[in-house]
Amino acid sequence: MLEIHELHVKYGVIPALHGISLSVKEGEMVSLIGANGAGKSTTLRAISGIVRPTEGYITLCGQEITSMGAHKIAGLGVAHVPEGRGVFPNLTVMENLSLGAYLRKNKLEIAEDAEWVFEVFPRIYERKKQLAGTLSGGELQMLAIARAMMARPRLLLLDEPSMGLSPILVEEVFRMVCELNHDRGVTILLVEQNARMALTVSDRAYVMETGEIVASGVSQELMQRDEIRRAYLGA
Amino acid sequence: MFLQQLVNGLTIGGIYALIAIGYSLVYGILRIVNFAHGDIFMMGSFFGLIISKASGLSFLVVAPIAMACTGMLGMLVERLAYRPLRGADSMSVLICAMGVSTLLANLAQLIFGTQTHLYSVGFQLRHFQFGSVSITNLQFIMVIITVVSLTILLAFVKKTKFGIAMRATSNNLTTAKMMGINTNIVISITFAIGSMLASGAGMMVGMYYDAVFPTMGFSYGIKAFAAAVLGGIGSLPGAMLGGLTIGVVESLGSAYLSSGYRNAFAFGIMIIVLILKPTGIMGKVVREKV
Repeated sequence: MLEIHELHVKYGVIPALHGISLSVKEGEMVSLIGANGAGKSTTLRAISGIVRPTEGYITLCGQEITSMGAHKIAGLGVAHVPEGRGVFPNLTVMENLSLGAYLRKNKLEIAEDAEWVFEVFPRIYERKKQLAGTLSGGELQMLAIARAMMARPRLLLLDEPSMGLSPILVEEVFRMVCELNHDRGVTILLVEQNARMALTVSDRAYVMETGEIVASGVSQELMQRDEIRRAYLGA
Repeated sequence: MFLQQLVNGLTIGGIYALIAIGYSLVYGILRIVNFAHGDIFMMGSFFGLIISKASGLSFLVVAPIAMACTGMLGMLVERLAYRPLRGADSMSVLICAMGVSTLLANLAQLIFGTQTHLYSVGFQLRHFQFGSVSITNLQFIMVIITVVSLTILLAFVKKTKFGIAMRATSNNLTTAKMMGINTNIVISITFAIGSMLASGAGMMVGMYYDAVFPTMGFSYGIKAFAAAVLGGIGSLPGAMLGGLTIGVVESLGSAYLSSGYRNAFAFGIMIIVLILKPTGIMGKVVREKV
């Protein structure tokens, strides 16, 4: 579904990605793990069109999206839950959700999805009239994921969903992410510093270090490799 | 005399509010002060006059056409002057805005001449006496148009899908793009709305004083900017409140103190606001994004 080939990204003169290649198949959950500054978020930002690659290309279902505007890529069914969640603090929870479905026309389907989202996240329903800026960290993360679900995405890009959450909430958020992948068939590319969690839930994984992919494979197998265990799993 | 000055102040304050909205809308989304906005107001006023003279149509027909032309001018300014500087530092944008302002004012002098024009658009002025207060039919119309257009604008921004997209873009441009919002179109439309309101204000000012001249954009622009700052720049209700306040203070001040200081009142208020409460009456503290 998603193919990235020899992608280079620079911030000004500072290179962030040195030619990475990866792929995500339909229905898969793939995780990108690595330390701070490895280029994980940059990879997601390049896919959703927020940063322009200097070299290489990205295709989505065979269509090249490398230099497409971010709003057009969203229109192709890519939903990005950015790092730090990126909800609109001065808008209400309901308005935030409606923006998730901004490009959709079928009002009936949107209402159905809103009901489903409220079922999955009852806390969001309770707060639907509040300004998003008044939510707690866990609620913000749920809202960000809920909003992405309102887009009925084909590909969901999740950036550090566990960041700043208590261990119980992390469990809850990942349970929902797995449900999305298994029950709704949403293809997911997950960026996560919590490598153990990411490897547990994902089918395959790529390990990034300073803008390069240094290892990749089936998540369960990566978890058994000594160098991965030492560097990322603290064992 | 107090009531009379209050009425006059509210009338002209509504004009300042209409112009101030344009500053606030653009600032809210792009965090830039569009110093060319006063000159767009002036062009809007001239458009009304020349279209009226050339076509001989009723002003009710002319006004929407002039507003549409001014809206397009605003979009053109954004496209040619501001979009290439997206992401540039604020000093460059400020200098560019002043350049556009000078360009428009000089262009108007070149096309329309430097003299003051009578605003002869065939409006029949009538006076109504309410006790000691004299109100013209034009003042009534101005107040009604101001109130109606500001109400429509607030409802549009609050309730419609596009309005929500505008607020989202103003909250966070990058995330708005991720939602599939074409932020360039949102920004273009924002400039168009601000310019159309300014054009309406410009035509009403033209009729109210029966005069337009190419350099009038500066004083109105800067006073409306003071109004936007007073209300809290970026806030639409703030811009309205700020406009009315500046209008009333200016009107009462020039009646009771000295009309020679007419312009000083608006700037005095702006300086006081910037010293005491830089976020304005309804403004929120904006944290610098890291």
